[in-house]
Amino acid sequence: MQETIIKRAKELLADGTVNRVIGWKRGEFVYDITPAVFETAEEIDAEFVFDDFTQANVSKYLIKESRKEGKILAFLKPCDTYSFNQLVKEHRINRENVYVIGIPGGPKLDIEKIKAKGITGILDVKNENYTLKIKTLYGEETMPFYEAISGKCADCKSKKHVVYDELIGEDGDVLESNRFDMVEKLENMTAQERYDFWRGELSKCIRCNACRNVCPACTCENCVFDNPSSGVSNKAAADSFEENMFHIIRAFHVAGRCTDCGECSRVCPQNIPLHLLNRKFIKDINSLYGEYQAGADTTSKAPLNDYNTDDCEPSIVHERGVE
Amino acid sequence: MQVNENFEPVIVAFCCNWCSYAGADLSGTNRLNYPANVKIIRVPCSCRVNPMFILRAFQKGADGVILCGCHPGDCHYTSGNYFTRRRITLLYSMLDFLGIERNRTRLEWVSAAEGAKFAAVMNQFVADVKKLGPNRRLEDLRCRKQ
Repeated sequence: MQETIIKRAKELLADGTVNRVIGWKRGEFVYDITPAVFETAEEIDAEFVFDDFTQANVSKYLIKESRKEGKILAFLKPCDTYSFNQLVKEHRINRENVYVIGIPGGPKLDIEKIKAKGITGILDVKNENYTLKIKTLYGEETMPFYEAISGKCADCKSKKHVVYDELIGEDGDVLESNRFDMVEKLENMTAQERYDFWRGELSKCIRCNACRNVCPACTCENCVFDNPSSGVSNKAAADSFEENMFHIIRAFHVAGRCTDCGECSRVCPQNIPLHLLNRKFIKDINSLYGEYQAGADTTSKAPLNDYNTDDCEPSIVHERGVE
Repeated sequence: MQVNENFEPVIVAFCCNWCSYAGADLSGTNRLNYPANVKIIRVPCSCRVNPMFILRAFQKGADGVILCGCHPGDCHYTSGNYFTRRRITLLYSMLDFLGIERNRTRLEWVSAAEGAKFAAVMNQFVADVKKLGPNRRLEDLRCRKQ
């Protein structure tokens, strides 16, 4: 796949369709894949990577990139196309300046799941017929591919590209996923259990803002959390309230626009399941205001920008009873 | 649940200028009783209340937050309260999801002519929050009074 992508990128650079390519390159470790912009064929040959660790969604980078001179080529996985479409809908991306090639998605690998098996000193990871051959400083290890796939791929919602100029490989379908199972499980707990669960998770937060920075829906030029007078712009949360507030407001600000790409949980250095907060909003919106998938099109009205005169009242929350 | 008889909750009520605030006024001029625990904050429209306001109220020591606006269809700005309704439903549901007691939050539609309803709603809400006791799950320790 990597060869096909590189070949096509070089062709489009050579014929002048685009003057830049956004893709991925390797960082310090073999599993450290980070987005990068390439301007020449030589750079692409030297550094371009597309493998089982390539998870990063490049849609957000296109906000700034699409405002520059000339066209940029972007390779988008199915989940990334939803984010891209949502940004086009919000007039954040200049669609004319982006040439989109749809590429196959995951399942991708999560290095943490490999490390969790006690495998350290990882030098190289090869996928041979869905068995991972892991070369480490201390010798060879193997593990089944499906035990190491990332959380966001395990709950994949769609293999369909919602926007593209051309495709490499086959287009898939929207999948029936069990992505709301965990949300439902939490909903069925008592308030005290839910409170304890979230206290345990959110108290790990170090307020690094990675979830906000990576989120393709969080695109305000001036963020409420950067406002010094907001009282929450300091680095570490000083109180459990600040942890709760940051995460409620972060999820609320993307409610109805979150495409459930799962980037927030992927980048969280503390492994907080942040996507559950977003999914709770998605689940509520789906059940109260009708099925809605952000980013699936560029014309429909977002649920929080819309209303019906016969919407339910907030008292439905209180009707769940007192605990 | 243990009820502390001496506990007096702090209630923050966000009231829209055009209906509920006038409703509160009417309940006053009608000499109707509602508890002094309720601190009213006047807002131009219920839609002005951003989720952060509600969380802030809890942070600064409120034990319950109630939002009052014009009845759906009667908004001074035509559609403000319809947006409020969706937004607040999602917010309250999220607070519930995080394990915050459900009865600490409420939304009621009170028109300018419903002074009696305003007093009744406030009496009920204060009684409900009293049963829950002080807000401990969504408080900021630094802001605790005692």
